[in-house]
Amino acid sequence: MEQPRIDPSRVKGWGVDADPENDPTYPMKKRNNGEHAGYTWERPPQQPTGVEVLHSNERPNLTAAFGTSTPPVALSGMIRRLAFKYSESSYGHWLPLMLADRVNAVEGVLDDLAHGHVPNLIDELGWKAEWEHNRKSLVARVAVGALVTSVAVAYLTRKRRDD
Amino acid sequence: MLAMNYRGPLRVRIDEKPMPEILHPEDAIVRVTRSCICGSDLHLYNGSVPDTRVGMTFGHEFTGVVEQVGPEVRKLKAGDHVLVPFNIACGKCVFCQQELYGNCHESNSQATAVGGIFGYSHTAGGYNGGQAEYVRVPYADVGPMVIPEGMDPDDAVLLTDVVPTGYQAAEMGGIQKGDTVVVFGAGPVGIMAARCAWLFGAGRVIVIDWVEYRLEFARKYAPCEAYDFRSLGDPVVFLKHTTDSLGADVVIDAVGAEAAGSAMQTLLGRKLLMQGGSATALHWAINSVKKGGIVSIVGVYGPIDTLVPIGNVVNKGLTLRANQASVKRLLPRLVEHVRKGHLDPKALITHRIPLEHVSEAYRLFSAKLDGCIKPVLLPPSARN
Repeated sequence: MEQPRIDPSRVKGWGVDADPENDPTYPMKKRNNGEHAGYTWERPPQQPTGVEVLHSNERPNLTAAFGTSTPPVALSGMIRRLAFKYSESSYGHWLPLMLADRVNAVEGVLDDLAHGHVPNLIDELGWKAEWEHNRKSLVARVAVGALVTSVAVAYLTRKRRDD
Repeated sequence: MLAMNYRGPLRVRIDEKPMPEILHPEDAIVRVTRSCICGSDLHLYNGSVPDTRVGMTFGHEFTGVVEQVGPEVRKLKAGDHVLVPFNIACGKCVFCQQELYGNCHESNSQATAVGGIFGYSHTAGGYNGGQAEYVRVPYADVGPMVIPEGMDPDDAVLLTDVVPTGYQAAEMGGIQKGDTVVVFGAGPVGIMAARCAWLFGAGRVIVIDWVEYRLEFARKYAPCEAYDFRSLGDPVVFLKHTTDSLGADVVIDAVGAEAAGSAMQTLLGRKLLMQGGSATALHWAINSVKKGGIVSIVGVYGPIDTLVPIGNVVNKGLTLRANQASVKRLLPRLVEHVRKGHLDPKALITHRIPLEHVSEAYRLFSAKLDGCIKPVLLPPSARN
């Protein structure tokens, strides 16, 4: 059951970085005690704030540079603003952010439709790759999905006996 | 320009987006020449990283040609072909000064627990990533490295994350000559960690996963013993048995949040998202390492609580080492390893896919189809 062992001496480069000093392990802290001086380093220039950027309440300010991708919007944005009232140590921060992500996905569909774009789910889900390389499984999953949907629709639209 | 556009869990597409602009005096704009999909991108793709907003462009492993630089950029100039570490680092804060470039304090406003990362949700700074034709690169004098003359661009793009992360996983393991090293995960990073374990003098390297084609790849590439955990019964018992019932000296978790192997972890961590991921690999790592041993973690987990047997860490006197790779710190050594032929990163690349087919590329990689180990996206300008 066990596979043959590899002879290390036949592995190219074996041991070239071996270092008996590497205990308890690299990378050892390159200590300069700079952290004892607190938040006093010479900061890079501050990026102008052109869009709404939420920041952790565990820091006093925005970082000198920051990303400007996808500022908070709509209902998901309101939830995100609420989440940032709580620290990174709190479920009050992370769970609302997860909720906001799900709400944001729905907002994305609505936004597409509002701009006259009907999302091509087959393309977005990458089903072409499944069709080319995993066709049997894809067909089986689509068939099961169609069957479950048909049963659910039939059940929900059935005529009651007392109708 | 063309850019990947996240639309919600499992949904991505290619769209026209505005060109990035210089927003900070130390910015550069880079025309992308290669951009990989990383295993950790799949956490975003699956919707398991909080604050992943619809409309964002992913991608933190890329190379490109500098098109424009901000007024404070001194070292780079237009036309330079650069590899860009996945960490965004200012170079000035106390953590960068300590070479902890993955822990910069001036690149991520949204969270203090992680530095900025290209295209990796707002929890990692809200930057658009490199799965696009162009990308904004902050602190351009700090992270990017001009690709050394003669280096294959395919090698260069893997030096932005996969190689340094795999190497640091082995480095943090404090491997001594003759040590038995177990690596959980046969994705690109796990395979690279197994390969690098030999460089530190490992006496035996064992990789554990469940995807057979990846195990086969690892056996040849690392090289190593490689086992499908489904064939082992209890993988911890197997690893104890094969190490004189003591356990491995060093165990590396190169899986992270998407681990298979435990129904409870899968339910809590991947389906209900009530943990920072499924911690099966880390659980096995803690339990299969020797007393007094070292567990090195490079697998990515979400920021909320995650169930692991922490009592065993105490009782076994383990050392846990973990971090995002400090790419800039490691690059000089890794370039040397590539030059000398100790490492062959580009051999990991199995698929070269046009950027326009990004949704298929994500599905291919995520579902582990067609023997995919590492997919690289090529923008139109890089294909001409």
